[in-house]
Amino acid sequence: MRDIAICSFAQRQQAAIPDESEVEFMVPLMVQAKDAVGLTQQDMGFTCSGSSDFLAGQAFSFVSTIDGTGPVPPISESHVEQDGAWALYEAWVKLQCGDVDTAFVYSYGKSSPGSLRDVLATQMDPYYVAPLWPDAFAVEGLAARLLLESGTVSERRLAEIASRSRAHAASNPHAVRRAEKSVDEILAEEYLADPLRPSDIPASADGGCAMVLAAGDRARELCDRPVWIRAIDHRIDAHTLGVRDLTAAMSARIAGEKAGVGADTVDFAELHAPFTTSEAVLIEALGLDDGVVVNPSGGALAAHTMMAAGLIRFGEAFERIARGDGDRAVAHATAGPCLQQNLVAVLEGE
Amino acid sequence: MPVDPDSTPVGLGVEVTAPASIADVEMVQRVRTPIRIEYTYTPGRALSAYLRGMAEKRIVAERCPRTGQVFVPPRGVSPMAGIPTVGPVELPDVGYVESFNITRVPIATRPDLEPPYCSAWIVLDGASVGFMGLVINCEPESVRMGMRVKAVWKPDDELEKSATNILGWEPSGEPDVEISDIETIGRPGDLQ
Repeated sequence: MRDIAICSFAQRQQAAIPDESEVEFMVPLMVQAKDAVGLTQQDMGFTCSGSSDFLAGQAFSFVSTIDGTGPVPPISESHVEQDGAWALYEAWVKLQCGDVDTAFVYSYGKSSPGSLRDVLATQMDPYYVAPLWPDAFAVEGLAARLLLESGTVSERRLAEIASRSRAHAASNPHAVRRAEKSVDEILAEEYLADPLRPSDIPASADGGCAMVLAAGDRARELCDRPVWIRAIDHRIDAHTLGVRDLTAAMSARIAGEKAGVGADTVDFAELHAPFTTSEAVLIEALGLDDGVVVNPSGGALAAHTMMAAGLIRFGEAFERIARGDGDRAVAHATAGPCLQQNLVAVLEGE
Repeated sequence: MPVDPDSTPVGLGVEVTAPASIADVEMVQRVRTPIRIEYTYTPGRALSAYLRGMAEKRIVAERCPRTGQVFVPPRGVSPMAGIPTVGPVELPDVGYVESFNITRVPIATRPDLEPPYCSAWIVLDGASVGFMGLVINCEPESVRMGMRVKAVWKPDDELEKSATNILGWEPSGEPDVEISDIETIGRPGDLQ
């Protein structure tokens, strides 16, 4: 296996970006991530992006955004209809193949033109669930009810997670929901999708991010402290909600074990947990103990840019380690309803 | 609920039969899953300026600050340089036919297009890229590469913030562009 590191990262998230197209707000981020390591597009051995036509409301929407990379002369390029963390995974595999030493990864989502909670109904199984047209908050509400009734998690515990996310997000300029709230204040909120309260539900954002990966000594040339992807693993639970245990993300547990999360001390974890319930389930599935700081950025609760929130977890972990605020971290991304897919990586500073 | 992830899924190898109570019920042949999602589309900075210009019969393009290329309609980015374009760059509503095609088969969804009609790749004077348009007010057979054309706009009281304001492109009567020049006209594009 080759050593592969994250070398630079740029992001933008805000509640809505109505006046700019996807490519218009992505170009400055692409330029920023490349400039940080002094590379141009022609220096990139491979480029991979993640986005969704269902957010843009048009087919092959990602093609317009490739223009932002400056793909002339032609580049080696791929796209995943997935969160950018899966684009990172594809780039990691490409780098492992050994024929390139650098890769450029970016992803973005602009969900403000549509109703995200309805758009997400299109990801459900098309025979039994999609015809019911369940909105995404209602589906997570059902899973949350199961979790509370299992007795392992209380509403107060969920409110504690929400309160901590807000406290951490207060110092994150990219977070959308930064106002601090106490646990009791959160417990006093009206239910939005019973038993979920507004603070249990992610703050939706438009935005994106860009990242440069490099292998071995190339990474050491490009930045002062490369952040190495020591292990990465991706597992998928069954699509059909009724055949899996929604109170325990088995795919996250297996991915965490395969990635060796528990093999050494973890300083902090950036978990792609859109809901407070997702975070409670993930902490349990990954076996993170009380000493691990969870989501020091505020996490996806504080800013949930669909298709980028997972890759942003990698970027947040990279920036924290690169500036010396920790040495070993877990970065996690999820996709699908109720933590169906889980990608877990262990990141470590040089 | 601990489950051994390596265990054989319970569904494998198990034959499934319908319960007797529904044995006579007709098999499901198809399922309809109606889907409708509404979007409030916003075209972005560069394209918004272009569409606002359209309402005033102006063609508003943008220029790449590095290569000098002029893009219309503008998408806000220079694909050769990978940097934002800057505007506005106003272009005249005249240009030439770079290539064309004559359609002789009707399209069910476009009853307004009566065959035969000519769609062409129009390059405006000062532009580095072309775009699709209809060549109208002439016999399709008379259209040729290099033919000079001029925009035919909707009546002023029907103008909208829309590219449909240009009904098509008609021959301007100017001398044709030499075919040998077509590859180089309006295509500076040297990446510095």
